[in-house]
Amino acid sequence: MKRTIFGNQVLPWLLLAPQLVVTLVFFLWPAAQAIWQSFLREDAFGLNTSFVWFLNYRALLNDGDYMAALGTTAIFSVSVAALSMGLALGLAVSVDRLVKRAPLYTTLLVWPYAVAPVIAGILWWFIFNPTIGILPYLLDRVGYDWNHRLQSGDAMMLVVIAAAWKQVSYNFLFFVAGLQSIPASLREAAAIDGAGPVKRFATITFPLLAPTTFFLMVVNVTYTMFDTFGIIDATTGGGPNQATTILIYKIYADGFLALNLGSSAAQSVILMAIVIVLTMIQFRYIEKKVAY
Amino acid sequence: MFPTPRTSVLSLAVLTATGLAQSASAQTEIQWWHAMGGELGTKLEEIVAGYNASQSDYVVVPTYKGTYPETMTAAIAAFRAGEQPAVVQVFEVGTGTMMAAEGAVYPVYQLMADMQADFDPAAFLPSVVGYYTDTDGNMLSMPFNSSTPIMYYNKDVFEAAGLDRETPPATWEELESFSRQIVESGAAPCGLTTAWISWIQTENLSAWHNQPIGTLENGFGGLGTELSLNGPLQVKHWDNLARWQDEGLFQYGGPTGGDDAPPKFYAQECAIYMNSSAGRAGVVANATDFEVGYGMLPYYEGTDGAPQNSIIGGATLWVMAGRDEAEYPGVADFFSYLSSAEVQADWHQFTGYLPITQAAYDLTREQGFYDENPGTEISIQQITLNEPTPNSKGLRFGSYVQIRSLIDEEFEAVLAGDKDAQTALDDLVARGNTLLREFEAAN
Repeated sequence: MKRTIFGNQVLPWLLLAPQLVVTLVFFLWPAAQAIWQSFLREDAFGLNTSFVWFLNYRALLNDGDYMAALGTTAIFSVSVAALSMGLALGLAVSVDRLVKRAPLYTTLLVWPYAVAPVIAGILWWFIFNPTIGILPYLLDRVGYDWNHRLQSGDAMMLVVIAAAWKQVSYNFLFFVAGLQSIPASLREAAAIDGAGPVKRFATITFPLLAPTTFFLMVVNVTYTMFDTFGIIDATTGGGPNQATTILIYKIYADGFLALNLGSSAAQSVILMAIVIVLTMIQFRYIEKKVAY
Repeated sequence: MFPTPRTSVLSLAVLTATGLAQSASAQTEIQWWHAMGGELGTKLEEIVAGYNASQSDYVVVPTYKGTYPETMTAAIAAFRAGEQPAVVQVFEVGTGTMMAAEGAVYPVYQLMADMQADFDPAAFLPSVVGYYTDTDGNMLSMPFNSSTPIMYYNKDVFEAAGLDRETPPATWEELESFSRQIVESGAAPCGLTTAWISWIQTENLSAWHNQPIGTLENGFGGLGTELSLNGPLQVKHWDNLARWQDEGLFQYGGPTGGDDAPPKFYAQECAIYMNSSAGRAGVVANATDFEVGYGMLPYYEGTDGAPQNSIIGGATLWVMAGRDEAEYPGVADFFSYLSSAEVQADWHQFTGYLPITQAAYDLTREQGFYDENPGTEISIQQITLNEPTPNSKGLRFGSYVQIRSLIDEEFEAVLAGDKDAQTALDDLVARGNTLLREFEAAN
């Protein structure tokens, strides 16, 4: 095939311009601002500003609350990713085995994805409310005293369930697509060789789904780091005693509620670095290594 | 966090919209950003409409900007972008931040003097404006909606438990024994619940017992202040609340405003409930199946100087610097209108917020409002019970929004049994002081 060469050097830039402008104005410029701000110590109104080098970063590293938030984020991310992906995989495999009505189930299972995070948070807030919720009432009958207002374990469980529920749909869609791309002949061949359903899943289906699984892992972790803000804000508000304060929530609390811009900016920069590293792992390592 | 294009677009839209409406006249516009939603917002707009109709030189344009923190953050972001409103409503815990912003705010006493407006500082209730004055007694912002916590109780449950339905507990000791009697008699499953652990069970508890919560007159004396709310009284009270929770006498209503507390009282689960005097309308509307009684906050027997006086919460109006010179006479004129007895009495009676002037208080009494609406006067009696001391004038700390959440966090740690009250309050003081030093360094 003959390669097309464009003589015009300006046209490609013109065509890219809208996207570049959006990226510059809404992503790069604020990111640069955040980096600059993270080196400043400033009052809320910007009346007194001093350049403090890495003071904000050093303060964070010595801040027990920040370290705790890092740990909380790790626990939260891994739990949400594991729970939502596990459920989604189970559902996808079940739907994949259906002969009839698979599209109907697929449609129904995708619905939660259309629910805004805050709404999802409020739904779960109602269900788990210690005073008026249905689940604490049922749990009480089996002898479990549910109180996420005070028990950090209960609170963490609540936000993990709410965040995972929201993400199951997305994972489900990818798993269904992944399953459909596995040739039926492979599984049939295994069946003829005498492999049962469990063995077929473990040795054929699951390994062949690996690229999808790794992709979803990265997407899910990114999701838990950014998009779960609404869920946390609507259910626990980061409590009790910061037990569900993840990094993004701490950025909000320190920046928007406490108006400590320098520290908040430094936290944004660290979070940005974490996500860049995760994305690089995805592109560099996983995309190349997990291939069949 | 940064001056976003959205704020300027929004104010532009507001300007255009109002500009179109007023295009024919040469009136000066005064932007007022506020945080009053729902019925309070409607009432506020009514007051503004009354002012706009009363004169023809100025038009006040109220804009609802969301919750208190959202409104304050929006105003600060707008200031950084040079788009600040002339007047912004800021909640009491933002006072320290606003005060420290010299050059960004135009102190009210100075504005009124510069504009030679009709303004008599002595006409205001000292326990209301005291919260917002500097150490020389100058008013820095204009109180708008101030309230103070009071006690509500369920008269029917009291009677069912064999208590006198007309006698609320006056002391914490009584409150404990009443609660025990209520729970043991099966009249209700719980004795006490409360909104605002920070504002009511810590700050007001301290003021009511004439105990400090910080050095340098609770922070009024300067940015070098340190928290000191780990005294024996606060420790005893937090320990008691935790013990009462374990014994089933007390139920926690959640952090900040304690959203779970009102339903516990309305559903007759808890018989005694503490919340802002401005919550009275909500109580009256929801307590349909039982009769509500009102009382002052309880105090601990044998505490020197208790009961002293309670302190206020709510919000005030701050004037922001850097607007067109022509607007400030209008702001001063509007503030004179706002503090007039008629406007204040109307606002006070409608919302349950405190009247800010003696004249509005007297007018309301003359109108017979307190006789017709039992419980409405308790808030004023409580804040004027004694001349405020340095411990009961109020508080003024930087980063106080954050310190308030620390109070909730440490209290939750006590209730969960992770810490005893002494450890929690010591930790609270240490964490709070770190924030105060940071604030001092940044200002």
